[in-house]
Amino acid sequence: MTQSTQNNGPIEGYIKTPPSVTVEGDTARIDAQSVYYRNMNDSVRKLVADGVKNITLDHVNGQRYIGNGVSGKDVRIEVNGTAGNDMAMFMNGPTVEVFGNAQDGVGNTMNAGKVIVHGDAGDVLGYGMRGGKVFIKKDVGYRVGIHMKAYENLIPVMVCGGKARDFFGEYMAGGMLVLLGMNSQFEGPLVGGYVGTGMHGGVIYLRGEVEPWQCGREVGIFTADEEDMKTLGPVLKEYCDALDMDYDEVVSVPFTKLVPISHRPYGKMYTYL
Amino acid sequence: MPHTLIQPEYRVEIDYDKCHKCGRCVQQCGWGVYSFNERPIPDDSKCRACHRCVTYCPAHCITIKKNDLALKENPNWPTDLRKAIWRQAETGGVMLTGMGNDKPYTSYFDHLVLDACQVTNPSIDPLREPMELRTFLGRKPDSVQVEANGTGGFKLKEGSEVSNNVELAAPIVFSPMSYGSVSLNVHKSLSMAAQRLGILMNTGEGGLHADLYPYQDNVIVQVASGRFGVTPEYLNRGAAIEIKVGQGAKPGIGGHLPGEKINKEVSQTRMIPQGSDAISPAPHHDIYSIEDLRQLIYSLKEASGYKPVGVKIATVHNVAAIASGIVRAGADYVYLDGFKGGTGAAPQIIRDHIGIPIEIAIAAVDQRLRDEGIRNQASIIAAGSIRSSADMAKAIALGADVVAIGSAALMALGCHLCQGCHTGCCSWGLTTQKPELTRRVDPEWGAERLTNLVHAWSHELQEILGALGVNAVESLRGSRERLRAVGLDEQTCKILGVKPAGM
Amino acid sequence: MTFEPLLERMPVDRLPSLSDEAGVGERPRYREEASFKIHGGCGLMGICDESGALMSGEDAIRAMAVQRDRGNGLGGGFAGYGIYPEFPDHYAFHMMFHDLKAKEEAEAVFDQYFVVDLAEPMPTRPVKGISDAPLLWRYFLAPDPHKLESSDMSAEDFVVHTVMLINSSVDGAFVASSGKNMGAFKGVGFPSEIGHYYMVEEYEAHTWVGHNRFPTNTPGWWGGAHPFTLLDWSIVHNGEISSYGINSRYLEQFGYKCSLGTDTEVAAYLFDLLLRRHKLPLELACKALASPLWSEIDRMPEEEAALMKSLRAVYGPGMLNGPFAIVLGFNGGMVALNDRIKLRPLVAARQGTKVMVASEESALREVLDAPDKVWMPKAGEPVIARVKGMDWPIHGDLHLSASEVSCAVTGAEDTCDTAEVNN
Repeated sequence: MTQSTQNNGPIEGYIKTPPSVTVEGDTARIDAQSVYYRNMNDSVRKLVADGVKNITLDHVNGQRYIGNGVSGKDVRIEVNGTAGNDMAMFMNGPTVEVFGNAQDGVGNTMNAGKVIVHGDAGDVLGYGMRGGKVFIKKDVGYRVGIHMKAYENLIPVMVCGGKARDFFGEYMAGGMLVLLGMNSQFEGPLVGGYVGTGMHGGVIYLRGEVEPWQCGREVGIFTADEEDMKTLGPVLKEYCDALDMDYDEVVSVPFTKLVPISHRPYGKMYTYL
Repeated sequence: MPHTLIQPEYRVEIDYDKCHKCGRCVQQCGWGVYSFNERPIPDDSKCRACHRCVTYCPAHCITIKKNDLALKENPNWPTDLRKAIWRQAETGGVMLTGMGNDKPYTSYFDHLVLDACQVTNPSIDPLREPMELRTFLGRKPDSVQVEANGTGGFKLKEGSEVSNNVELAAPIVFSPMSYGSVSLNVHKSLSMAAQRLGILMNTGEGGLHADLYPYQDNVIVQVASGRFGVTPEYLNRGAAIEIKVGQGAKPGIGGHLPGEKINKEVSQTRMIPQGSDAISPAPHHDIYSIEDLRQLIYSLKEASGYKPVGVKIATVHNVAAIASGIVRAGADYVYLDGFKGGTGAAPQIIRDHIGIPIEIAIAAVDQRLRDEGIRNQASIIAAGSIRSSADMAKAIALGADVVAIGSAALMALGCHLCQGCHTGCCSWGLTTQKPELTRRVDPEWGAERLTNLVHAWSHELQEILGALGVNAVESLRGSRERLRAVGLDEQTCKILGVKPAGM
Repeated sequence: MTFEPLLERMPVDRLPSLSDEAGVGERPRYREEASFKIHGGCGLMGICDESGALMSGEDAIRAMAVQRDRGNGLGGGFAGYGIYPEFPDHYAFHMMFHDLKAKEEAEAVFDQYFVVDLAEPMPTRPVKGISDAPLLWRYFLAPDPHKLESSDMSAEDFVVHTVMLINSSVDGAFVASSGKNMGAFKGVGFPSEIGHYYMVEEYEAHTWVGHNRFPTNTPGWWGGAHPFTLLDWSIVHNGEISSYGINSRYLEQFGYKCSLGTDTEVAAYLFDLLLRRHKLPLELACKALASPLWSEIDRMPEEEAALMKSLRAVYGPGMLNGPFAIVLGFNGGMVALNDRIKLRPLVAARQGTKVMVASEESALREVLDAPDKVWMPKAGEPVIARVKGMDWPIHGDLHLSASEVSCAVTGAEDTCDTAEVNN
């Protein structure tokens, strides 16, 4: 809780002073209660530079840019509380695990690493994501997985355990986007409209069915088969392990597969003199 | 019915008496105009008047003429509009084009004249006296605070440094042109020239090719809506980061690089598969309001160790308010791209009809930021048809810190403004990825030509400054008093903040 | 019913005088400061205790304090409902005056049309960073019975006319709020500073809305901050209404004057038009403002599709296009609404009888320590909180068929009586 208003000044949501940090070997604990994001993230960056591998952030409420631009495959950041906007944006290797909900922009333009959220995540997840894995336990919002792109061995993967709203996988250019529809508090269908509009690469797997009107013109709707399960299965296994779910239950329902039927969705749109 | 109603725009005429029949024209033309059967045979319909063949013909026997077919005159229906309709009826497609707006809109630069000192105030001779053009790009503090340094002198207090600014040797940079829309050799030419000149080039939205790493301190890395090639490493190279929100040639819409321009190297730099289209969505999907832009600016700062972050916008009706918002959102510079700015490909209807002139935009933005007391918080880069050092001087007088050149830079490398960039067949080897064409630009040669151009314009700017009686460009910057308007109405003069000549 | 502005009905000699002695040009009219459209991005919140229990304004301030980065210190504000239990039936006018002359002129208008039962300065405390505040006063007014009767208007229209009159023609005066048992506290500063300035934590309300603004205009105009109010509607708005140009012209047909240069103004007037004057049920008003896409309408069952078509065809010029998240507060509850493709963030939560919305979940968590439910509302679907025991000013129980909607709009007055009433 922030300080109450007193006659010595307006209420401040966050205070710009370094947080208290306790370090034991290669583990550190930061009390982020009411700490401004810049101070909190400066502490995290310094600890990573000093070789700390495990960092826990306590009492987080809305601080932005957690894990932003941080590199290091063996770095692990644990977040207790509500993670603020643009978490793991440009992240390059670490694992970030949130015990709580995340807000908007998780994994935006993320390069590598792993994000696990034991709750909901908001809108615009994984925008421009180009590598790494994002696992969300529950529901996600609008414009999730826009313009994910893959290149050589950098393949982004996102699995959402709940339901999603409109514009899921819009402009997708590469990678794997999965929606399970379990763990959800949304009423209504698994996913909204405009799924995969402008899709020209990658694959979307939906646990359950989708109506053709929900998908963009560029999308072909198929049922996932054994070949698909060879790549999807291991991803789901990793997801279930991370989020303590039952793999057999997850794969007990057939998956719908959405792929672009053209790599040149706008090929015929233009002309010139 | 014939497959097209459109007649060729040009006629290729060859004086066969002089022709050596060497076949050079066949080889040089990128558009496939020439076939050869004992002598070169041109297909006029493919010619774009780029003059590659004319330049390289050893006998100088090729002329390109306008195909002057008489059409019933009708000023309301220029030929281009009729042709567009014929083409759209054939194909159902959106008309695409390249380079900048070619419609006869007023050029406000051409209605502004500069002052010179005489009698009552001396001019300065630039050949003998120093003329300083050094410019700082970035956020400046409100004031300079100092403290005692312990040895009787002073040192800067924290917050008063300008070390986060980029130092430019002259108030000019190269505009963003993406690798993919132009060739790698063009990018190399720009980077080498930028390093030699002490200015900056801009990667555009196609990422930064590894061959350019040696020049990275003279590069602005751009983050566009497609986020191509944007990795944490990319953000840490470059002298500054630029968020591309819009472009003068195509305000409000996204970009589209066709799959045939994505070869192996482009694909590697953009980090997308070869042959697939590179589509940049119209908005950044994480910027739908000004506070979202602020969120992205600070995200980039956090990820790059707080490098300067600029924002590039197209100049539209409320450009002043947008620019103010951008500055308040934390940007270190605002790049204004006027509606005449060039492009590798844009729908013609967007290029020619949307946006406002850069002269007006500079004046409006500069004034608004001053009214709000925040002019020092960001630099202004102005672009969108800066055609000469005179345009540069006038843009600076109106309030820009720096100008950017794109079309002019390409012209230095041979471009003849034929507007054929979107086909990827540029005979000069500029806006293409075809190896047989791109090899025509030798980066050393290109760097030298660009360096020559910028040196020439810098010297001309120094001459202008001398005539104005000042020896440093900061004394011209924003000094509307040194401009007068000729043939502009009162309202426009007010908006530009420039008096009419005679007053 | 046609809507004639009060201005035209009043004999000219009774208008407040705008003499040359005032030095026209010295005192800025608020109108002129807003001559260009002010854009802004922002953060917002709304909280309503459906049991009617009162909450301190401190909760609203704290919710805005954690969303500080969404603003730039050039605007912040709050509105609270139930804050003046001693004056439940008076219209509480929160006024901003550039100087004493503006105050005198506005008070002259009050004296002519209202009975002024109390006039006093707004209680404030000094805050570093808040300077150049206008004179802030509040008045508890009741319409003068004779004037009201001879004007042949409802009390509410009477008040609306007065507000339009003062805002558009009394130099340097601005009505920040004019509702019953509610008030708006806003100005140029971060919301936590504004809250501290107005001592918002000392007021108690069953419903609060709050706002953090990121405007791109010349700072200094306190009237430009949100919430924007009319009667006891208050609106906080995040986003930009790109259809402002036609929305304002549409509203002008009905007598609303869009003079304040903020796009939020049209949202407030549109809600007033659809809910109070055209008596559309709340859900349909939301569907008119944040309409479903045609592709969705084509998939609806016939009767529903016909209704939506009427709404879109009739209210097309009123449809709000562009990214927005809006919270509408009023005596009786609050409504939060997103644009039809949800381009702005909005999160909601419920804890016991409290319903709360905000731009970021962190604001909800700051105030509600153990929410029963936290969720993301769907685009175009309102989040509704109703205070028990209060009149619901919105005809939510009335379901009109498509043709009845059309009639209601074109002015056939008796449709409300003949329409079916569903519970």
